[in-house]
Amino acid sequence: MATREEITDRCQALYDDLTFTAAREWKAAKDGRHVIGFMPMYVPRELIHAAGMMALGILGGGDNLEVIQGDAYYQSYICRIPRSTIELLLTDRLDFVDGMLFPSICDVIRNLSGMWKLLRPDVYSHYFDVPQNYDREVGGEFYIHELGVLKEDLKISGRKITDDDLRNSIALYNESRRLTRELYQFRADKPWLAPSSEVYLINRAGMLIPPEDHNQLIKDYIAAASEEDRPKRDNSRVVISGSFCEQPPLNLIKSIEMSGCYVVDDDYMLVNRWFTKEVPTDGDPLKALSYTFLEASVKMPSCFEPDEDNKGQFLVDSVRENNAEGVIFAATSFCDPALLERPILQDVLNDADIPHISFKYAENTGQMQPIREQAGTFADSIKLWS
Amino acid sequence: MSAPIRKPSTDVQKDASMAKQKAMIDSNFDRLGNVKNSGEKVSYTFVPGNLNELIMCFDMVGNYPEINAIQNGLRKKSGGMIMEAEKWGHSEDVCTYVKTDIGMMRKGNIGPTGQPIPEPDILMLSYTGCYTFLKWFELLRHEYKCETAMLHVPYTGDGKITKSMVDYVVKQLKTEVIPKYEKISGVKFDIDRLRENLANSAKAEDDFVWVLESAKNKPSPIDAYFGGIYYIGPIFTAFRGTELAVDYYKTLRSEIEERIRKGQGPITPEGEMKNEKYRIVTEGPPNYTSMRDFWKMFYDEGAVVVASTYTKVGGTYDFGFRHDPSRPLESLAEYCMHCYTNRNLPERTRMLESYINDYEADGLLINSIKSCNSFAAGELMMMREVEKRTGKPAAFVETDLVDPRYFSAANVKNRLESYFQMIDQKRRAGA
Ligand code: SF4
Ligand code: SF4
Repeated sequence: MATREEITDRCQALYDDLTFTAAREWKAAKDGRHVIGFMPMYVPRELIHAAGMMALGILGGGDNLEVIQGDAYYQSYICRIPRSTIELLLTDRLDFVDGMLFPSICDVIRNLSGMWKLLRPDVYSHYFDVPQNYDREVGGEFYIHELGVLKEDLKISGRKITDDDLRNSIALYNESRRLTRELYQFRADKPWLAPSSEVYLINRAGMLIPPEDHNQLIKDYIAAASEEDRPKRDNSRVVISGSFCEQPPLNLIKSIEMSGCYVVDDDYMLVNRWFTKEVPTDGDPLKALSYTFLEASVKMPSCFEPDEDNKGQFLVDSVRENNAEGVIFAATSFCDPALLERPILQDVLNDADIPHISFKYAENTGQMQPIREQAGTFADSIKLWS
Repeated sequence: MSAPIRKPSTDVQKDASMAKQKAMIDSNFDRLGNVKNSGEKVSYTFVPGNLNELIMCFDMVGNYPEINAIQNGLRKKSGGMIMEAEKWGHSEDVCTYVKTDIGMMRKGNIGPTGQPIPEPDILMLSYTGCYTFLKWFELLRHEYKCETAMLHVPYTGDGKITKSMVDYVVKQLKTEVIPKYEKISGVKFDIDRLRENLANSAKAEDDFVWVLESAKNKPSPIDAYFGGIYYIGPIFTAFRGTELAVDYYKTLRSEIEERIRKGQGPITPEGEMKNEKYRIVTEGPPNYTSMRDFWKMFYDEGAVVVASTYTKVGGTYDFGFRHDPSRPLESLAEYCMHCYTNRNLPERTRMLESYINDYEADGLLINSIKSCNSFAAGELMMMREVEKRTGKPAAFVETDLVDPRYFSAANVKNRLESYFQMIDQKRRAGA
């Protein structure tokens, strides 16, 4: 069995590789294979998998990509992920991708879908809408139709998706979500054995390799990490909120930990654990995907919360369930969904007597000292006052 | 070196339609200010995808937070409100309309005309063309704890409106919007009343389109951006569907017919623009805090805006859409999806391209708004495409809608002057 270090080294290599070699190799290994890219948030990867394709998560260029051409497409007051994504496109790093899905996360990604259409009219791309109405007869029907459209579009794979294919893929992703939650639980239980930077890398690998492979990787990591004896520190336990789209640099995640915080929950790459319960594998699979989306999606700012009493409660629940002592709001500069939502969440936390701090970052933030100091002071104050 | 920035004169010239428009907008503020006496129920909603004809069926008065922000911007009150919202934890990065609204509320909810803005009985969250709307009304709901009706209008990402999209919106009208309005207002929904309102809308829309298209004349009798902002007021807000709006657009049309007959240019705050030198198409909202200065930079140079995308945020009527009383709910659904920012970028680009060609414009000017991702993200790409397709020069300026901190008059003026020179050069080269 691979050691923890071997596993995390593999994930680090996947993370560093901005030409997506693993996905390229997967595609090249068999004739007729296709890769569909998607931007952060939720897309029904089950459908892509059932079409025999690989779903590839595109999360921008991080801090290792020099953005040259992308800057000519975006004003300074727009977040960084779309410009680094354009950079990946224009530097042919995504030339092997057979299609792109742009989920309805915000206006920037929405408009990026149109830019893609203008820049690569010959490559399949689709703005993927999800319902904001959670009634089965209304939003549910609309969403079933949207899923049907996508299913039809994915015929570019040359393969017709049968209900049984789709049920198998649903089962596989159910397992993937279950394992991701197990990984998160493992970290929440023993954060000294599963540092956030490692959990992040494992989670991130799920964007870059097929789910079968990733499921095994999570299992191997948990098995290897639980056997180790790593020193337990007197850190404060915190939840990270607001980082669901453009990702912080890995160094930022490490800095938070080094400043004296154990991260026990976060909202990085929510797609890996989007549903809070299993998608049924019997009956009509499109209905199953649709209704589960309506009734068991994670809470995040791009989805409307119909019940005011419930607004922001997910964050309080996360703090309580994970035995956390505070929340760090870490959002990308110019990120409307995260920043507009923040005052409500802060109010809800204040009502629940949960301390919080906030800062902004960009995927290429280099200066960690201020963040380390802020997080360090926060960790100290939690210890002092709790 | 650019010429010094001259302040516009304080005497503002207005024509009859402008006075009428102002009176109409003010009357809605009066109505809002008087709800304590009248007992009318209050519905807040947004301009794009607004359901004014439907709201009217429930005898409710509409409050438009975007319009309040604009009016506060024009009256130079928005800056303080934005700072107030930031003091309460709102980020400097986000939409300044939202912050103006939140700031106004925190300062006691006194509206731009000095009258109180009443609390909402219902928030009509028409989620059309802008993601911020969703958060905006969640923020207001958090404050007011009132009923909220959510209407999710699908984005036309693939450039088309499908039957499933229309069905989805219609179902939401039937199961979410109408029942909530009936409950709050105590008035039973009457579809015939809605049909009547929609018929009024269609009449006004015909005249409105005629007005916009009058800019194809040379000289253009209107300015379709700075002047256009006044023209859209009634039809984009509380008056679409009323007889008043029908009258207003009739009056406006006859005024403009008269100007065309006389070969006159647009009316600016300093009188008629005499010498049309440049015909410009604009993309993006204007700046409201320094609108007079901004406009002056155009008319002083003889530049007239002949078409703008901003005047399509509340409906792209010039591409054929009309409210249709024979298909009332479907027509409302289609209306919402037709709004400008609900159209995908290739469609928006095509619109700009056709404006440049159809209005025989000299070029495109983009006023990119710092805090509005809905408009701004992708505008540089649109600019390149339009330049490529039309061969006409484009320019890019950056301001904000209502945050005075982001209007740098000297920068904008410099940029505009070089742009007009560029057009001159192009002309000489082409001559
Ligand atoms: S970081 Fe925020 S604003 Fe930027 S694309 Fe992602 S969700 Fe949109
Ligand atoms: S369209 Fe722009 S200005 Fe209007 S609410 Fe949305 S983000 Fe704000």
